Amino acid sequence: MRILKGSKLTMKFGGLKAVNSVDFHLDNGEILSLIGPNGAGKTTLFNLLTGIYTPTEGNIYMDEKDITGSKPYSIASMGITRTFQNIRLFSDMSVEDNIMMGLHSRIGAPFLGSIIPTPSSIKANRFAKERLDWVLNYLGLYSLRKEKAKNLPYGLQRRLEIGRAIAPEPEVLLLDEPAAGMNPQETNELMGLIHDLRNKGITILLIEHDMKLVMGISDRVMVLNYGEKIADGKPEEVKQNPEVIKAYLG
Amino acid sequence: MSGYYSQIIIITGINILLAMGLNLITGYTGQLSLGHATFMGIGAYTSSLLTKAGLPFYISLLAGVLIASLFGLAIGMPTLRLRGDYLAIATLGFGEIVRTFLNNLSITGGPNGIRAIPLKTDLTTVIILTAVCFYLLYRLQSSRLGKVMRAIGQDEIASEATGVNSSYYKIMAFVIGAGLAGMAGGLYAHYFRYINPANFTFNKSIEILCMVVLGGLGNPFGPVVGGVIISILPEALRNISPVVSQYRMVLYGVILIVMMIIRPQGILGGNGLFINANRKGNFKIFRSVKGAVKNADS
Repeated sequence: MRILKGSKLTMKFGGLKAVNSVDFHLDNGEILSLIGPNGAGKTTLFNLLTGIYTPTEGNIYMDEKDITGSKPYSIASMGITRTFQNIRLFSDMSVEDNIMMGLHSRIGAPFLGSIIPTPSSIKANRFAKERLDWVLNYLGLYSLRKEKAKNLPYGLQRRLEIGRAIAPEPEVLLLDEPAAGMNPQETNELMGLIHDLRNKGITILLIEHDMKLVMGISDRVMVLNYGEKIADGKPEEVKQNPEVIKAYLG
Repeated sequence: MSGYYSQIIIITGINILLAMGLNLITGYTGQLSLGHATFMGIGAYTSSLLTKAGLPFYISLLAGVLIASLFGLAIGMPTLRLRGDYLAIATLGFGEIVRTFLNNLSITGGPNGIRAIPLKTDLTTVIILTAVCFYLLYRLQSSRLGKVMRAIGQDEIASEATGVNSSYYKIMAFVIGAGLAGMAGGLYAHYFRYINPANFTFNKSIEILCMVVLGGLGNPFGPVVGGVIISILPEALRNISPVVSQYRMVLYGVILIVMMIIRPQGILGGNGLFINANRKGNFKIFRSVKGAVKNADS
């Protein structure tokens, strides 16, 4: 089943077509990797899917519903969450507050409930606490929960960003170069984590340059070059594709 | 208490109200507003005109709050897409527009302003209103809503990605901040009994910003500390020498420069000196005060 689909997606910045008529789909429960040289339009595609940009042409569908032009916050509420290439945590806030922010799409922050306890805010707080504890334990961040995000080492910051993204139990998780700057040990742990998240029912779209990781966990790989899709298939097929070898794998 | 000291306390309370509102706008949601005194002016004019028309003080004070909030909404909506310096310029423009209207409308008395406003503001009223507003705002700021606002100030794109409709919360902060300024204006007008457009200019806005930055942007206690210092400093300096008092605006500037160099996060720091100490319960502010008292006893 197609959970997310983009048809003829085009994004122009002035005269530059960062993404050029790309057809894209994501099936329920798969891990799809998006690879390609720098500047190929991978992150732009992410930004289109998460509503940061509105496509110049083309449409985006979630569960067959047209969501083109939706704002980032409403896309998040639909169950599509993401991490960023250069980590974007709320760096002056604690680890637990960062994860609580991730829960915003589920519990909101009503004005009245913030000043006096209302039945719905009490219920929301209980739910949030449960999710928070689960995420903290799941990612092994429990002992660091009071620490400011900016004080965490790099690898844990990446982990926390994933925690923020999975807190609301999303349907689709978009990871933008999650292994960037990680050592092989950390990358291995990350692979295990991504696998486990998929087994928990989260569909994953991944941008990554680490080919070991990409080929190791992807069900499908899609290759972009100069904004155009040049390959889309099983990792083994894509690895053999002459055009991909020429453009990217070398 | 002598009139002199009660006047200082009243001015301090009014300044704290102003700074608290601006702290929510600038310290939390990160919107640099240079027109905060304008909202104060709107509240002052609205409530004065209504009291003079015969309405009870509290009704007209409330009307001043509401009208100022409404203006907050009106300025917040179109300028939402603006950030940082661009928003600052826009709020500056808004202040100029309002000032020009106040200077030229006959109902506001033009440059002469409004005279003989009934004396309604007293020490008790100011203390109670400031305390209640502080408490409510503190609740709000340490709640999830406050954290959402803080998150928007830190990284708007990341907060949108977590499902936060940042425009909504930015406007909310603007409306609350403007409303508090409106209340401060109402109290001001009914204490000094005379207002004119020159009371609510850019200079006043900057003074409010000084309080917030001095106390610590984004710290719920910051406006109290900043408000007290900025209100009492010129009075304390007056006793040293009239020359010093005359140059108090220069002094503000000097204080700000020195602060930015030695402690850019403000006296209390941006992130809540007390907030992290005790996260349990709703009455932690009182508990931390009680704790302090207990410690002092033992």
